[in-house]
Amino acid sequence: MKGKCEKCDRPATVHMTEIIGGEKIEKHLCEQCAMTAGITIKANVPISQMLEDFVLATSNAPEEAPLSCDYCGITFSEFRSKGLLGCPNDYDALERQLLPLLRRAQEGADHHVGKVPSRAGDDQARQTNILRLRAQLRDAVAAENYELAARLRDHIKEVEP
Amino acid sequence: MSLTDLTRQAGEWLRGAGAMHDVVISSRTRLARNLAGMPFLSRCTSAQQHEVEQRLRREVLDAALTREMFYVDVAAAGPLDRQLLVERHLISRQHGAAEHPRGVAVSSSETVSIMINEEDHLRLQVLRSGFELDEAFAEINRIDDRLEERLSFAFHSRYGYLTACPTNVGTGLRVSVMLHLPALKLTNTIEKVVHAAQDMHMAIRGLYGEGTEAMGDFFQLSNQTTLGKSEGQILSEFRDQIVPAIVDYERKAREGLVRQQLLAADDRIFRSLALLRSAMLISSEETMYLLSLVRLGINLGRIRDVELKTVNELFLLTQPAHLQKIHNREMDAAERAACRAAYIRQRLAP
Repeated sequence: MKGKCEKCDRPATVHMTEIIGGEKIEKHLCEQCAMTAGITIKANVPISQMLEDFVLATSNAPEEAPLSCDYCGITFSEFRSKGLLGCPNDYDALERQLLPLLRRAQEGADHHVGKVPSRAGDDQARQTNILRLRAQLRDAVAAENYELAARLRDHIKEVEP
Repeated sequence: MSLTDLTRQAGEWLRGAGAMHDVVISSRTRLARNLAGMPFLSRCTSAQQHEVEQRLRREVLDAALTREMFYVDVAAAGPLDRQLLVERHLISRQHGAAEHPRGVAVSSSETVSIMINEEDHLRLQVLRSGFELDEAFAEINRIDDRLEERLSFAFHSRYGYLTACPTNVGTGLRVSVMLHLPALKLTNTIEKVVHAAQDMHMAIRGLYGEGTEAMGDFFQLSNQTTLGKSEGQILSEFRDQIVPAIVDYERKAREGLVRQQLLAADDRIFRSLALLRSAMLISSEETMYLLSLVRLGINLGRIRDVELKTVNELFLLTQPAHLQKIHNREMDAAERAACRAAYIRQRLAP
């Protein structure tokens, strides 16, 4: 059975017949398109990669709103393309999608067990509050609302450690 | 202390001393830190980037972290000065090439360098000659503590120190050991070491870190994971397991060379020295390659009239930006090749 892939010009190597509603549908695809369609999986891909792809594919499902950070505005796909996060809050804001990647990069680990800063009592709520104020300041400057920007700047100075 | 002064000496960490210095050139510890309540660099507005640079410059210099520190405004520095800092391992190549407000504070001994606005707001680095990781870590930890008295770093109860790239999150600690492995290279057994390192989740790279090829038999070994292990665990993997094992392999390979292939090894070693002593034009790559064999010859006790320190210095001072700074003018590749050869001939004159 030869011929071209239905979706591209490469030779079709995957042939399947589906019966949907009593109707027989034949599909002829190349390896690449079959993989993309989720019909076949690539041999010799590490299991961790497959799991990650699976997790990502499910977490990218269209019914779910894409994750993004309220303060820096980064989305998970922006992070994926650049490899860099936008602000400390992203670890929480993008956590669901970030975690599988993080575990993969860190030999499966997802908890810190090392040094804790002496001022760790300087809690996250406070840190996040400053991030929020800075985001408001950035927006105020962009909107040329300098009066508000000045007030926010003073406020940040007061609360900043 | 200024940048130009740097070209008159090799850094303290290249003095060819310290434990296992026949194989381990240097030990480096690095910590990545970010200010709490501030976006990471890639999402900072330019005003925020400027604010971070100004604030950290002030705090780092005021904290009196080491006896003498000088600051280089990398954004304002010329291309040659930036390249000089890269060649001396005081800043990363990315930091040298970027465009935004940034800088580096350097101790006069060059064992401490603190990059501001690299990938993270702060990248602290301590370098030591030989295998001195524990000392390097003790020093960087002290500096980190001192800075924490003045600054609040982004920290998460679950993920530890927060970094722009999740590959650094947790301890933010990257430990690197620079190894000279000429005998493993000559005996074609280097692949085994590379695989052993990878099995232990270590990265093995070229002289200038990520994305660089190993040059002249120099390899940089560093930890890949920063989360889920304490600083002590990360250090002990290097100290107790992998580095002593690699050093042992290399030493055995060197002994094997002397025992079984002395004439062939001597031939390579003395040809290299002769070439360096008589070349009229020489490239950086060829210099690295030949110096590597001379260094092996010194460590094997075959070459007795050249000091290890001289060879270590030549590695540094024959690089493009260094040569140009020494001669205080810009030179093209051909000119540099002649200058480099002349400088080497003079330093290695019998």
